[in-house]
This record gives sequence, structure tokens and C-alpha cells, in this order.
Amino acid sequence: MNAILNPGVTRRSVLAGTGALVLSFSMRGALAQEAQVKPGDESSNFQPQVEAAPELPGSLAKTPKLDAWIRVAADGKVTVFTGKAELGQGIKTALMQVAAEELEVPFETLTLVTPDTGLTPNEGYTAGSHSMQDSGTAIRNAAAQVREILIGQAALRLGVPAEQLHAEKGAVAGPDGKRIGYGALVADDLLNVDAQPTSKLKSPDSFTEMGTPRQRVDIPGKVTGGQAYVQDMRLDGMLHGRVVRPPSPGAKLVKFDDAAAKAMPGVVQVVRNGSFIGVLAEKEWQAIKAMRVLSLGAGWEEHASLPDIAKLPEVLKGMTTKDGIVKDAQKPVQGVRSVEASYTRPYQVHGSIGPSCAVAQVKDGVTTVWTHTQGVFPDQGAIAEMLGQPVEKVRCIHVEGSGCYGHNGADDSAADAALLAQVAAGRPVRVQWMREQEHAWEPFSPGMVTKVHAQLDASGNIVDWNYELWSNNHSTRPGSAGALLPAQYLEKPFQPDEQELKISPEGNGDRNSVPLYAFPSQHVVWHWIKDMPLRASALRGLGAYMNVFTIETFMDQLALEAGADPVEYRLRHLQDERARAVVSLAAEKFGWQANQKAPRDHGYGFAFARYKNLAAYCAVAMEVEVERDTGRVRLIRGAAAVDTGEIANPDGVRNQVEGGIIQAASWALYEGVTFNDTRVTSVDWSTYPILRFDALPGQLDVHLIPRPGTKFLGAGECGQGPGGAAVGNAVFNAIGARLYDLPLSRERIKAAIGA
Amino acid sequence: MVALTINGEAHQVGAEPDTPLLYVLRDDLKMNGAKYGCGLGQCGACTVMVDGEAVFSCVTPVLLLEGREITTVEGLGTVEKPGPMQQAFIEEQAAQCGYCIAGMMMRAQSLLQKNPNASDAEIRAHMEPNLCRCGTHMRIMRAIHRAAELMRSGAGTGAARVTGERGS
Amino acid sequence: MKLARVVAIVVVIVLIGLGGFVAFAWRSEIAAIDPPQPQSFDAALVQKGATLAALGNCNSCHSAPAGKSFAGGLALPTPFGTIYSTNITPDPDTGIGRWSEAAFIRAMREGVDREGNHLYPAFPYDHFTKVTDDDDKALYAYLMTRTPVRAEAPANDLPFPLNVRLVLAGWKALFFESGPYVIDRAHDPQWNRGAYLVQGLGHCGSCHTPRNALGAEERGQEFAGGEAEGWTAYALDASSPAPVPWDADALKAYLASGWHAHHGVARGPMAEVTANLGTVPDEDVQAIATYVASVMGPPSDAAKARGDKLLQQPGVHQPGTDAQTAGTQTIPVKADGQDQGALIYAGACSSCHDAGRPLPYGGIKLNLSTAVNGPDPSNPINVILYGLPAAEGQKSPVMPGFQGVLNDGQMAALLTYMRMTFSDKPAWNDLEDKVADIRKGDREMTVHAADGTSSAPANPTRQNTSW
Repeated sequence: MNAILNPGVTRRSVLAGTGALVLSFSMRGALAQEAQVKPGDESSNFQPQVEAAPELPGSLAKTPKLDAWIRVAADGKVTVFTGKAELGQGIKTALMQVAAEELEVPFETLTLVTPDTGLTPNEGYTAGSHSMQDSGTAIRNAAAQVREILIGQAALRLGVPAEQLHAEKGAVAGPDGKRIGYGALVADDLLNVDAQPTSKLKSPDSFTEMGTPRQRVDIPGKVTGGQAYVQDMRLDGMLHGRVVRPPSPGAKLVKFDDAAAKAMPGVVQVVRNGSFIGVLAEKEWQAIKAMRVLSLGAGWEEHASLPDIAKLPEVLKGMTTKDGIVKDAQKPVQGVRSVEASYTRPYQVHGSIGPSCAVAQVKDGVTTVWTHTQGVFPDQGAIAEMLGQPVEKVRCIHVEGSGCYGHNGADDSAADAALLAQVAAGRPVRVQWMREQEHAWEPFSPGMVTKVHAQLDASGNIVDWNYELWSNNHSTRPGSAGALLPAQYLEKPFQPDEQELKISPEGNGDRNSVPLYAFPSQHVVWHWIKDMPLRASALRGLGAYMNVFTIETFMDQLALEAGADPVEYRLRHLQDERARAVVSLAAEKFGWQANQKAPRDHGYGFAFARYKNLAAYCAVAMEVEVERDTGRVRLIRGAAAVDTGEIANPDGVRNQVEGGIIQAASWALYEGVTFNDTRVTSVDWSTYPILRFDALPGQLDVHLIPRPGTKFLGAGECGQGPGGAAVGNAVFNAIGARLYDLPLSRERIKAAIGA
Repeated sequence: MVALTINGEAHQVGAEPDTPLLYVLRDDLKMNGAKYGCGLGQCGACTVMVDGEAVFSCVTPVLLLEGREITTVEGLGTVEKPGPMQQAFIEEQAAQCGYCIAGMMMRAQSLLQKNPNASDAEIRAHMEPNLCRCGTHMRIMRAIHRAAELMRSGAGTGAARVTGERGS
Repeated sequence: MKLARVVAIVVVIVLIGLGGFVAFAWRSEIAAIDPPQPQSFDAALVQKGATLAALGNCNSCHSAPAGKSFAGGLALPTPFGTIYSTNITPDPDTGIGRWSEAAFIRAMREGVDREGNHLYPAFPYDHFTKVTDDDDKALYAYLMTRTPVRAEAPANDLPFPLNVRLVLAGWKALFFESGPYVIDRAHDPQWNRGAYLVQGLGHCGSCHTPRNALGAEERGQEFAGGEAEGWTAYALDASSPAPVPWDADALKAYLASGWHAHHGVARGPMAEVTANLGTVPDEDVQAIATYVASVMGPPSDAAKARGDKLLQQPGVHQPGTDAQTAGTQTIPVKADGQDQGALIYAGACSSCHDAGRPLPYGGIKLNLSTAVNGPDPSNPINVILYGLPAAEGQKSPVMPGFQGVLNDGQMAALLTYMRMTFSDKPAWNDLEDKVADIRKGDREMTVHAADGTSSAPANPTRQNTSW
């Protein structure tokens, strides 16, 4: 196998070190992947099609053999395997904490192998705040079961009942001080067994690792210039590739002159396949210059295919393909008052600071791709299809990239690299996108329209709730080759996967469209839009950000109508005790007082959601100040409360939620993709501004409600909805007017104030 | 050939004079700290110091740099012996994906070397050119304050070199 | 800033007998009032006042970095000391909350505060005197309905006798002519509206007219070009150095949007002006443009021909070969020869300024740049050193500053190359010294984002941050 970057493990070294233990390598679907992820289905990795053992916890259901997750070498070294990728969310550290805890091995001695179609279990995508639920749960149970198997083995060796033995620091110890290291206990196929449905999990009160803040393993390297990202990979003989992207979606290459580019120093190869053009050069700057010159030699036929941005809401509403009923619990109730509002949001980018990048190499007929994709297994299948090769001829290895927050250009750049590597005569090829390519060509988070109609009874309580949303699917991940951008531009182009409407518990565009509040009558419908005027896919939270923004700012408006305090009004309609607890804690920590009045031009806002209605609970209180004369919003301070179930790394959870709130504030205040009838025009940070340091709040505290002994709920996305909505409510509170269109730009705020 | 002094070491690099410093660091010298983010001087991921000033290496052709002292994040210390800025970012866990962080540290370093008593407002204003997308800003601010403390107290075990002094 | 060379006021004191002078200079106090309730003002009047305040650019002097709008405290450095702008929010103790409408109108008309003190002409009452009572009333209504902010402006830091406000009466006697704008019947109403705004509330001459030794605008030199906050304010008369002559349409577009394809992007203090003008009704910007265009006069045939030629000139690449790709992909020029300035330009500037990416987000072709063709290199030096920062949360052009990397010699080489290549004007002299002087930062020089407003709150030292 080829060298892989980090961690420094190859399949060979893993196998070599494990003695007899790994005679049968048990991973399911490592190469011949039977569990193809269904195109466009964001939740499919949470509901795997192939469930080997559905009763098993977490991802063990799909990959039940214990040694697919945990292996112990003859020298006692423990290697843990996960199919979930480090995206900057700190998952590596959290998973290692879980394994160390249940296995009773020192954290520092563990090795973690991250997604690699040649090595690790297939856990679909790293998405939907599922890493702890899926992989954390699997590793925790597997670790506990391995521990018990090892104790059992030691009992046999020592002739002592297992009850008298316990595991500690990578060994099994007996009452008389006898110890046998794990390495000495493993033999034969000891761990090549299926997991059991139940495990002897450690009790939270005996935890020494889980629930304790731990410094992340990746940070020291990242702050000292270590090799940390796929962008940092330098393989022997590596070439630099660049792709000339078309000027607009659907443009066709009609003129191509590569003579000037070919003559440039360092240029090794110019590639053209249909409307896909790329260049390979010895050095990166040479590749960039050659790409620019190559773009001069390219002529394109463009089509005015983009909608009128000024009329986007109308355009979207006019495109409805069919309706999906998300919740049908309408009852004949009659309120005394009804209130209605409609909201819009624009397309948004993921906006990774580091443009997407991948390295690929063809060796012995196998194309290996190092990629920061969220799903190495789906990419493996899609890239193989694009190359017209059997799936086992492609291997995808995850290497960290810049934060992605969903489906950005990662998979597309992996496909770019795979294509260019085919002509590189065995040399590795590194492709990084340019800034404008990332901004213009990553799949956007789709624009949306929402509408709520509510009825209140005489005491202001909500008795009827009618919610509509208009949206594309929020996921067009691979899928088939047609999901890969370059594949759509090849001479024999692959068509994007057919989109389907699917109503699922996790939700998609409809995620969080059902309020957690107890309303006597509820109806929620998704006016589903099949066509994608702009290519769209998953951004952190999918539809939840907009749906929560709508629900929570509308709740605020209703509280005002009812003459109630917004926090009290929410509690009044909330029955879920854990929900009530985060709402109360956020209010308390913020110093929320019923019917308090903010200083002039300041506003207080509150918002709450349980992500997907089945994951983490999050409530956010925010104070802002609005400069009336400019419409500019400054974040003053915020307090959040989070219940994410069992917590592996509290500091990691805080970091995620803090970041989510800041990011959501940037979305809510500033962001929107712009385009004319043909081209995307927001192509850099100048034309797509995001939050900078000057808009930062003075204080933002995240308070955790630990729930030891309960399930992991995942923390990565729970802050997006409440974060944006709390900012919105604070702005409305400050200006005494409501806005229904995102972003809450200066112009809109000024117009609302009438300043 | 261009002669460059980076983190106190002299290098002869066979790059065209118009090559931005970023690509010389990453491609010729195989250093990871400075990152490509936009190539336009809008995001700061590529920030390094030249004679103690924060500079976007993506728009700085190497022809400008003969005889100048270039410092990258690699010059602030190592994993074993982190400098005060690195120590502070580790202590405060001031990273999510971390892609922007080396640039953040270099810009902060350039401020604190000149003014270790910089106020919160001064730090914010100074950090304005650098973007973070993960929303780690609050921690970055805390880490910079912590780094200032470490620098003032002379703590931090690292090999951080004071730059801005030619030929040091 | 506008108080340069005020020291000569000392002379005035000697010239005028002190006793008589006091009598002449004396202004009575206008009685304090209880701050009026915001609701007592007509909403339409307040709205009109908002437009007028934007036309008057009031917020830019009366708001300090990290301070609140209109709360004053902005330092206005002069060679003799520092003047601080005052708080014009309706705060009763530190603002103008106790000012009656009459007191406000007197301040605008005569440059005297409510208590009867003469005001320094940094407050441009030499222009504001032309504002009508009706407009003053609307401005008053607008200001009195702002958020009151308790903020004491720091005391002015001026030596004796400049700190004695009575001496200002002498300055007024010499240079100040009070009274509202008089309609010029020879011109149409639009022209007159423009003249009223430009000469009055807009106080364009404060920056764009040269000043005499006593800090007053030179009579007969109106709009011949001046200076503001370390930036050259280019001539708005026939001597305008713009390579492509301005016309009313171009002026209107530039003033309302902050950029024009043939002229570039507003920055420095002008960015604040265009940001404000972006919020006022079209007719007012049209009127200003009409009047300024008439001050400039129609371009000579030669100037027009030269401008047309420039516009027809292809970029560095052949016409029609600008890369037809998304966004910012650029093909920089290759430097000819070994001229240091040419090499720097090719390496650091060309990738934006020759990319063919349209303004405002692409860099202007420098042969269209007034800065490169102007009489003084301050503006290009400022821009190259400190760049154009991003506006907060707004689309805006961004240019990185190069102060951290370009030393004085490299700056001089680059500027010389630019002047030689992109202009037919004589070379600039003493460039290294000028760069060093600006870099030292002794002179106040403010850097604004293109939206003008972003330089203020929470950003006390923005000018020191290079982009």
C-alpha cells in the first residue's frame, strides 16, 4: 500500500503488529462496499441499508466484528479504528477518550486510525452531529466488550474467577498483584467475534477520562507548523495540478488553445476531457500561472440559466415540484387571534478558509485519493464510476482539510485529483482549488422560504400552528459519479443524481420544521423543489438553521402579541424536561429578567431548539446593540446552555457550540450568495463578507448540562439554529421592528428603523 | 536564485522572482505553517512576519525579501518547546479546524512583539484582516491575551525568537 | 485639520485694540431649555434631517473611533495642538440637549455655541452659514431625536492665546461672511440646488479648496484642490487631474456608489462622504453632480481625446482576451527588463490591477487612476502602504496594504515606475522622504473601508493595521 500521511499507520504495519489476532481481517465492506449510500440522502448514513445486526449499538450494527474497531498488538499497543473523520470538531480526541475509558488503557498510548476505505469500518458520512452517536457508541461498546474478553482470558490463564480481576492501564490485574498485559492476552481470533447487543459499560461515577476536558491531540502540531492537512501533503515526485473551471454553471468549452500553457516552464501536461480542463506542473506557482494562461486560451458558451436574484422567493415558490407532509396533526381548534409571517433566506456558501484540496496517485492500477471528504466510502464508489473502474481499484483515505461545515468542494477536488492522476504516469498529483473556485463552485446551501400561521387563544397560548417551507433537498452528496462536479463536464458527462423527496425523522430541508413545543394542533408541509437552479448541498444543520430561525423568531413575535416574556412563553409551551432545563439555564446565566428592558439601542434575544428534535438541546440568549444611524449590529454578549447527553470532552463541546453560534451570527447578519443571470458573482471575501474580529461579542459563555449515563447526542450543529435566531430576536428587540428576510443587513435594519 | 533568511536560517531558492513567498515556503522549503486561503490578501491564512511586521505571504513576491528577516510559525517554537504564542493557543485550545490559526498567531505575534500590553480593542483591530470560519474567535482572543501574559512574564519554554532585528 | 496655520491668529490680536475687540466679539448666551421629547418632532421633518445630516457628513467628524454616533470626541490634530469634535447628541449635560432651535441655528449660521462662545472653524460654519433656516430646523429635529450619549469631549489641547475663543472673532472678521445661499437666477433650479448643497451643508470646499496661511479657504481658488486628513483632495475645477474627464453622470454614479469604472474607488475621507451620499435621494446627488460638473467646465478637446484614447486602450492583454472564468482568476503581466519598480509591479500589483476584473472589486487599470496622475503622491503612498480594509459585513473592495514588506526605497521605485508607465505627468520628487514621512505616522492619516463607516467603533487603531 502507499504511504499514508497521518497517523503513520499502514494496513501492513497494523497487521504485522497484531500477531495471530488478525488472521481474518473482519472489516465489512472495506473494498467491495455493499452498503452504497443512496444518492442525495443526508440521513442514509444514519439508517444504513445493510444492517448486519440491527440490535447492536451505534455503528456496530453495520460492522459488528470487534476487531474492525479495536485491535491489540502483541506488544500491548492498542489501535482504534473509526469511520468518522476529523473535521476540526475534535472527534479524534473524543473517540480516543471513549476508547481509553472503557478499555482501561492510558489515553497517550492509543493509536486512532481515521477513515480509509482500506482500513476502517464504513460509517458513511461524518455529518449530522452523528460521530459520537454512531462511532462513539460503537467504540465505547466494542471497547467494553474487548475489555471483558481480555479479563475473561486472564481469568482462564490465572485460574481466578473473572469477578476478582479488573482492567487497569492496559493490563488485567488480580487481587494478589498479578498483572497480565493486554498484549500477552491476545491470541488467535480472540477479538474476531461479533459484538453482543449489550455491554458491561463503566459507570459514569468511575470515569477518569470521559467527561473530563482534555487538550485535543491535533492542536500542538497545528500551532507549530506540523503536517496536519491534506494541503500539507508532499509525496515523492508529486506534481501540482490546477483545474480551469468554466465561467458559469453549465458552460461548454467551445474553443481551446493550450499552446501557450504547454510552453510554460514546469508544465508537464495539459488535460482536456470535454469541458474539463486541467494542467499539471512541477511546482505549485507554475501550475497556477499555467492555469491562468490556459484560461485565456479557453472559450466558453454560456447560458443565462440562473434565476432573478431580486425575485428569489417568488422564483422558489413557483418551482414547487410536490409537497411532503412533515407533520399532520391538525385539529379543529379555534383561536381568537391569528398571526402570520413569511421568511426568506438566500443561498450561502460553506466558506472554508482553505480551498478544497486532494492528492491522488495511480499505482499498480489502483487510484489512491487522499481527501478531506466527509465520506471516503461513498467517494470511493463515485470516483470509481467516474473513472470507469471497479470499486476495488480506488482507495480513499481521509486526511484533514480546512473546516468544511458540510459538503463543500472536498469531494469534487478529490475527483479532480483522481482525474488528473490518471495521466501523471504514476506520479502523485496535488490539486487545490483557487479561492474563486471554492466560492463559485462549491455546492451552496439552498435559498429557502418559510411561512407560519398561528392561532392564539384568549390567554395568548398557541392553539394551532401551520408551517410551510419551500426548499430544495439539502444534500447532493455522492452518490453516483454525477454528484462530482468534474464528472458533469467530461466529454461523456455524468448526470447529477435524480433528486427525490423523502420525509425522514432526521429531516433534510424540513429538518427541525416541527417545533418541539406542545401545540394542540400542528401541520407542517415541505413544498419540495426538485430542480436546482444553483447546485445545492449540505451545510451545517441543513434546513434546521432556517426552520429554527423562523420558528424561534416567530415565537418571539407571538410572545409579544400575547404580552408575555419570551422565555416564559417558551417554557409555557415546552413539556420536555431537558428542553426546559436548557432554556432555564441559559436564561439564568444570561441574567434574563421577565419583561426587562434593554438599554436604548440594545436588545435581548432568546432562542431554543433541540437539534433534529432528537439530538442535542441548545438555548441561546444574546444581547446586541444596533447603531441606528448605520444599521450596524454589534454582538455584546451571549450565554448558551447545552445538553448533549453523555459528554466525552466538555471543552470540545464548548468549542463547537461557541463556534456554531459565532458562525450562525455571521450567517444571519451578513451572508448571501449573489449571482447575475449567468454567473455567480460572490467569488471571494470581498464579495461574500463574513464576520471579522470587529463584530465579535465581548463575551460568549457556553454552559453544559452533563447527563452521565445517557446516550451521546452530538454537539456539532446544535448551535446553528438557536444562535442565528437569538441574534435575530435581539436585533428586533433593539429596533422595535421585525425583519423577515435574511441576512439582517444594515440596509434592511436601517429601512426597518426608518432612520 | 533568491536568497532568503527564514527563521534565522539562510536559504537559496531557485524560484522566479515574482513567486509569492507563500509558494516558496510551502513548495520549495516544504514548510506547512503559512496556508493558502485566498491569494488576494483578504483572509490572512498566509500571514508571516517580515522584519517583525505581519505580511500576507500570498501577495508578497520574493524579490522584495532579500536581506529581510522572515519569520513563520515554525520559528515561534516546536511541539517540544512551544513559544509563548503557541503555548497560549494550546492552553486555550484555540483552534477548531486550525487552518487559519498559524496566520492568526503570526499576526498576533507581530502586535505583541511591539506592544505586549496591547488592549483588547487594539488586539481586535489588529486581527481584523484575518478570517476564521469555525467561529473560534473568542478563544483566539483569549489565547492572544494569554500569550501577552506569558511574554510579559518571560514564561513559555520555547525557542521564540525576537524578530525585527536584522541578522539576529 | 482645517485649522492649519491658525497660529497666525496671534497677529489678529495685535492688530485690533483689545477693548473694542471684546465688545465686537461678544455674543450673548441663549437660554438653556429642557431637552425636547423626541416625539415632539414631526417624523417627516426628522427624515428630512437625516438626509441633510448625510449630505453634511456630520457623523464623520462628530463620531470617534470606538465611540457612538454623533457623540463627538474625534481628535482633529493641527500643527499647534489638537481640537476634539463635540458631542451633538441630545444629552443634556455633555451634548446639545439643552440647545434650543434658535441656538442651533445660530451655531450653524454664525459659528457660536449656545453659551455665546465662538467656535473653531474646524466646524465649517463658513459653509454652514449658507444653510436655510428650514434645513437647520430639520437637522435640529434629526439630532434631537438621536440616542443621547453621555460623553464629554476631551478638552482641546491648544496653547495660549489660541485657547481663548474670543480671538476667533478676529478670524471671522477677516474671513467669514455670514448669510444664507443666494439663488443664482442665471442657472436652473437643479444647478442652484447643487450649488446650495456643495457650498453649504456639503462643505466640499473644506477639503477641495486650498487654504491660506490663516487656515481660511483661499478666495478665488475655490475647488482648486486641497488636503484632508493626510489625503490629497483633488481639484474639482478645470484643473482636475482625472485622466478621463469627469462628467455629471460619472460624478453622480461615483458619489452615490463610491466608485466609477473610469475613476476608481473612493477611499480615505471621501469614502465617508460617498457612504453618506449613498443614502440620500437621487435628485440631491444629481444636483451636486450637475453643479460640480459645471465648476469643472466641459473638458478641452485635447483632454477629452486623451480620455477617450485611454478608455479604448486594451488592458495588458489583447482586447477580448480577459479570461472568461469565474471571478478573480487573473493573468498578471510579466515584467520587462530588470527595473525594480517594474518587477515589484508585476509581482505584487498586476494580478489585481491588470486582471480585467471589473470595478469595484477588481483593481483599476492604473492609467485611469487620478492618484497616479495627481500632483502629489500622498494618496498612492497611503493606499499602497495601508490598503483598503474590508467593510464590516458589507460587500466592499479590499486591497492588501504593503507597509510591512515594501521599504521606502522599494516604494519609491514602484511609485516612479507607476508614474512613468501610467501617466504623462512629470515625475514626483523626494519619494523616499515622503514615504518615510507618511510611514512615521506623525501626521494624522485615516484609512477607511470603502463603505466609509467601518473605521469607527471598536477599531481605535485601524490605521495601524495594514491590509
